[in-house]
Amino acid sequence: MNAHNYLAVEDLSRHFQAHGRTVRSVDGVSFAIPAGSTFSLVGESGCGKTTLARVIAGLDRARTGALRFTRPAGAIGARVDELLGRVGLAAADGAKFPHEFSGGQRQRIAIALAGEPSFLVCDEPTSALDVSVQAQILNLLKRLEQEEGLTSLFISHNLAVVRFVSTRIGVMYLGRLVEVADTEALFAAPRHPYTQLLLAAIPRVGQGRRAAGVPAGELPSPLAPPPGCAFHPRCPAAAEICRREAPRLSTLRDEAAVACHAVGGAAQPVRFMPRAA
Amino acid sequence: MNSEMNPDILLDVRRLRVEIPTRHGALTALDDVSFEIARGEILGFVGESGAGKSLTGMAVIGLLDAPAHVARGEIWFGGQRIDQLDAAAMRALRGRRIGAIFQDPLVSLNPLLTVGEQLVETMLTHLPLSRGEARERAVEWLKRVGIPSPAQRVEAYPHQFSGGMRQRIVIALALCAEPDLVVADEPTTALDVSVQAQVLELLRALCRERGTSVLLVTHDMGVISENADRVAVMYAGRIAEIGPVDPVVNRPRHPYTHGLMGSIPPIDASPAWLRQIDGAMPRLAARPSGCAFHPRCASASARCRAELPLAAGNGAVQVACWHPHQPPVLEAA
Repeated sequence: MNAHNYLAVEDLSRHFQAHGRTVRSVDGVSFAIPAGSTFSLVGESGCGKTTLARVIAGLDRARTGALRFTRPAGAIGARVDELLGRVGLAAADGAKFPHEFSGGQRQRIAIALAGEPSFLVCDEPTSALDVSVQAQILNLLKRLEQEEGLTSLFISHNLAVVRFVSTRIGVMYLGRLVEVADTEALFAAPRHPYTQLLLAAIPRVGQGRRAAGVPAGELPSPLAPPPGCAFHPRCPAAAEICRREAPRLSTLRDEAAVACHAVGGAAQPVRFMPRAA
Repeated sequence: MNSEMNPDILLDVRRLRVEIPTRHGALTALDDVSFEIARGEILGFVGESGAGKSLTGMAVIGLLDAPAHVARGEIWFGGQRIDQLDAAAMRALRGRRIGAIFQDPLVSLNPLLTVGEQLVETMLTHLPLSRGEARERAVEWLKRVGIPSPAQRVEAYPHQFSGGMRQRIVIALALCAEPDLVVADEPTTALDVSVQAQVLELLRALCRERGTSVLLVTHDMGVISENADRVAVMYAGRIAEIGPVDPVVNRPRHPYTHGLMGSIPPIDASPAWLRQIDGAMPRLAARPSGCAFHPRCASASARCRAELPLAAGNGAVQVACWHPHQPPVLEAA
């Protein structure tokens, strides 16, 4: 294991029993979070991102696979007003009750309460907030990373939010990681057709009418995932092998990793989906 | 503009005020809201929670939750004043000439009836059709909104469809009586992003095809930007800025719109920081004097603290601000 990794997740799975079937909510997921960086998991409903966050936060212990934490030495507990100050609240606010704060302020307090914040798991921390308040929280998280060396796992369905806060991103689809890459690399050249679909589907601000058509299809039920690659029914590049065999996440030359039969052999990034304006 | 004189204006809302009476007196939830929607036009309403965007839509379709009520102003629809209609007349208008789509499709669907029965009943209530004709049209509508195997699925119940498919059925229900206006309140907020884009494209294409006007309420500026013709930005119960999408989104003049645009994380760029509007929108019972945005505004002056700015502008954009950002000087052609 890399000595600079704060957390290494190795072949992690969390399965549930439902309606007499096994739901592979998280299925053989591996990734690492270097100390002082933010790793984000993105995906749509049922992709397993929240289950994974709960397992990593220690809220759900029924799993297979390994979680290896390397805690940095010398973390010192801070006093209440220091913590409040760090998240942009006044020391006097320490005497108030939770209901006296707005949603955004409560979210700041939750961040402060994470205590000696050396590692923070954030599951959709801003999805209930209005954008002007969301901006305050996202700026705060970024500042904590830059100034305090905070390491975070950030979970969101919103790719734009994830782009702003993350160092590295993992894209999940039906329990599996389909692509892992550094933030700028992922947005510059998304490799997996699902990543490309997600990026194309996001409504753009200020660019006029949608240029690219919207790919058809919906998320399959996690109760009855398609055989082979779970994305194949929606994929324009699906071939015979995709219907039979689930692709493994394999690392490419530039540290990005992709689970796709069509991408594996390609010398350079391929466009499967129409590019947005 | 006067809708009685101008046949292109379908909906004309004039100085609308909605009040909510409480033990401590009436709270003004909407005030001085004026706008028009032309035939075939999509007007977006955007703003943060509590700004009044949904309330505006509800007032137009006559579905304000009591005790909230229209306390002042007028709503004209197709040359007829509708804010004073009784409940029965409003109900008839709502099914036939104004359709509604809400965030949760299950609000609009009856769980005990097949989707076909719901479409047929809606059409029979409002259109001069035989039951057989209505049935044929129900299958056509399901096909039009992208439901696979419509002839079989017409017999299915709402719970047998996915969330995205249910919202497609709600769109069919809202449009099947061929209304002139659809009020769509966060129609895709509950859907995953890959499905959201499909449903919005469908709604827009169908309305364009039939010349149906849309009042589109959403918190998502991207949704407005890709789908609306004009946009009204609301803040604390009033319209802060209204105009065609391009100038409002790309060259906002109201400091709130400007702040709002900068606080949205962009999908195609990596700014070091997001623009912050410190503080939060004031609660209904604690609206500040003058311009409600002044406590959060960097350009606020003594006048802003004392006097309410009225909507002004000499082009297509109207802005309610004493110190708006100046529009760029147009180069001589």
